[in-house]
Amino acid sequence: MNFNWLFKKKQNFPDFWNDYLHAFNSNIKKQEPITNTRFIAFDTETTGFNKKEDRILSIGAVAFVGKTIQVNNSLELYLEQDIFKPESVKIHGLMKTGSLEKVTELEAIKLFLAYIKNDVLIAHHANFDRNMMNEMLLRHGLGKLKNKFIDTGYLYKKSKHIIYQENLKPLSLDDLCKELNVPTVDRHTATGDALITALVFLKILGRLDKRKHLNWGYLLDK
Amino acid sequence: MKNSIAERVYDFLKNYPPFNILKHEDLMVISKQVSIIYLEKGDTLFKKGDAFNEHFYMVRNGAITSFHTNANNVQEIVNISDAGDIFGVRPLITKEKYKLTATANEESIVYAIPIDTFQLVTQNNASVYKFLITAFATNAYDPYTAEETGKIFVDYLPNTAQDMVYFQTANYTKNPITCEVNSTLKEAAIQMSTYKIGCIIVIDSNKNPLGIITNSDIKNKIATGKFPIETSVTNIMSSPVITSKKGLTVADGQLLMIKHNIGHLCITKDGTVNSKLVGVLTHHDVLASLGNNPAVILKEIKRAKRTRKLRETRLKANTLLKSYLEQNIPLSHIVKIISKINDAVTVSAIEIALKKMPTPPPVKFSWMAIGSQGRKEQLLFTDQDNAIVFQDVPEADYEATQAYFLELAKLVTKSLNKIGFEYCEADMMASNVEWCKSLTKWKAQFESWILNPDEKAILLASIFFDYTSVYGDKMLVDELSDTIYETLDKTSLFFKFLGRDALKNPPPLGFFKQFLVEENGDQKDLFNIKSRALMPLIDAARLLILSNHIKDINNTSERFEKLAEIEPNNKEMYESCSYAFKALSKFKTKQGLLHNNSGKIIELETLTKEEKLKLKRCFKPIHEIQETLKMRFDLKNFM
Repeated sequence: MNFNWLFKKKQNFPDFWNDYLHAFNSNIKKQEPITNTRFIAFDTETTGFNKKEDRILSIGAVAFVGKTIQVNNSLELYLEQDIFKPESVKIHGLMKTGSLEKVTELEAIKLFLAYIKNDVLIAHHANFDRNMMNEMLLRHGLGKLKNKFIDTGYLYKKSKHIIYQENLKPLSLDDLCKELNVPTVDRHTATGDALITALVFLKILGRLDKRKHLNWGYLLDK
Repeated sequence: MKNSIAERVYDFLKNYPPFNILKHEDLMVISKQVSIIYLEKGDTLFKKGDAFNEHFYMVRNGAITSFHTNANNVQEIVNISDAGDIFGVRPLITKEKYKLTATANEESIVYAIPIDTFQLVTQNNASVYKFLITAFATNAYDPYTAEETGKIFVDYLPNTAQDMVYFQTANYTKNPITCEVNSTLKEAAIQMSTYKIGCIIVIDSNKNPLGIITNSDIKNKIATGKFPIETSVTNIMSSPVITSKKGLTVADGQLLMIKHNIGHLCITKDGTVNSKLVGVLTHHDVLASLGNNPAVILKEIKRAKRTRKLRETRLKANTLLKSYLEQNIPLSHIVKIISKINDAVTVSAIEIALKKMPTPPPVKFSWMAIGSQGRKEQLLFTDQDNAIVFQDVPEADYEATQAYFLELAKLVTKSLNKIGFEYCEADMMASNVEWCKSLTKWKAQFESWILNPDEKAILLASIFFDYTSVYGDKMLVDELSDTIYETLDKTSLFFKFLGRDALKNPPPLGFFKQFLVEENGDQKDLFNIKSRALMPLIDAARLLILSNHIKDINNTSERFEKLAEIEPNNKEMYESCSYAFKALSKFKTKQGLLHNNSGKIIELETLTKEEKLKLKRCFKPIHEIQETLKMRFDLKNFM
């Protein structure tokens, strides 16, 4: 039998996307101990909050295994965009024409996918970053991100003592930093926020470990 | 490509030696290659005997303890590195195995700096190497110079400090204050008061010591009217004085004082009364050099102006605790001393924090210790549990007042954490907006717990009902107590709930008198001495003392002793409960010291048969007291 028709659509995808998908075929991820797993914390700076209209201006990501983050192995991308909203500049400080070295959206996608591979992604209010990324992938005729996601906001709430869970308001990244005593340098740059998110994640993991909750089921359950 | 993280690493490193003397480009090269490592409290970065890493380290946040483990497996702290300090530099100087273990003293972030990159850019920089070698030398532990470093790091070597210090030369006061033999007592007293000293030596024309006048001499002989104030010093002084040569050891000095029952030794040139006076050794000098004395530790805590100093001092208390346990000093006595020390640490931490606040407190307040510190049962470093009650203020000022105390509490809990008391996992701390409120709101809070008991209320009540005022206005706390007892009279349901809670963990013996161990997952085969043995006793004591309307006794064993007093027909049972509680606490503390943790989880495998028997014997009173609770609060049908 010929199953070619099944893969027909896929054959139109560029190589880098097929490579990215290919990495998910071997499903060994879940068996590995958490401490040996490569995690990627990432953050995006955008022109706004509308996933259709707004654009990603910058992507920052840090990778870590165990509790060590290597500075020279971080990702910091600035994107060329036609859409520009002056009102968002006061948050992220990225101007339309700056001295920063910029890449096209497609180039950024290639670099990002090659960096994250099939690892677990961590972001604060992850749904927003995921939607922005997926929307960008869609614009270039690609599929959605296949990676597992962990939202630090959600995870923190879950890690809190049961007596406070009911009246816990949604927490911003700044709130979490205050609660967990993470230094907030470089807030509102994509890479800075990615590093902060990574530290927040590690601190929450520490709390969970103490209570023996540190397992994949707990981390990835929604 | 731009690397913002490397830039931030650069921004931090450039403030501290040796990086502050590097060129901008060189430091940027290093910054890019740094690894950022997150460490939880107790995480080990490298161990003694490990092959050297490719990195050395700088603390970014938190603090790292470097310690040496001696042949008896006893840890001796060599140094504590804070933010901006480098450590683990041995591989930079000599490619040998680590001689120290580096462990996070609190939650920390460290930068790991790759040695090859660092060496590449600093190759010809003599001042960098000079700094590193000095840093290495001061932190290195070398057994041959242990005695020397013992003097330098007497604060940091708590385990052997006592033994070593004993045989060190005593540090006496040189150039003591003296008066001539023909002076009047008034003149001598004026001198003593000018120099703020407690004793003065009377000398003859050759400067040989003739006698000594102390505060108590003046009290006993002048204030009582035995002698007039203008009398000659010779009428008042104690004579002859006990003398010794220069260079006597602390141990010798202490022995001489004990032998003659005195507090002061005169040091003379040849050691006899017929030579020139060169100094005075006081009992306080001896204690101060031993360091391991509660009075001295308390004094140091009171004098501490910084959290770092408090941390050092509190570490000494752990050594003290260890030696007390070894010497089999009664636990009730140990508990009293350690809780005094813990309270003093808290008070100092609050005073330090108050100084950092922009304004003094707007109204009166009291800092309450709750949970185990409230019960004065906190021996090892455990979680901090605390709360603030402040005076009522007009509605309009409430938010601002609460904000002030929350800010204060943040500072205090942060420094307590730095000292070694971990943040409460359940966030029962004064820095939590729920546990920092006005007297009226606290009254309402307790009322709601008592009148509407549910599982959550009981869980909280079991911690908050053991409150004690540590700092500030005790009246506020007393007023709170009064209201609580009034409210308790209105209901019996609350006691039933407390009773049910106290019975939730039956004594840990199975049908065949086997230990009941934790059955679930990770804690399998471990025995949780806190939840299975201590908590039932603590809960029972609290319930009984509350139902008897007794205030101001928080300590569990003292509560049982009080109960034995007021219910003579149950005396035996209460006394055995009190005894069991002390024995179990001691057990937990010893385990904690052994494993450097809270000691609440015990691996049954590691216990000897004798220890197991001892433990088992403590369970009988738990069973008896639980039966009593069942009867008294009619809990049979309430379970």
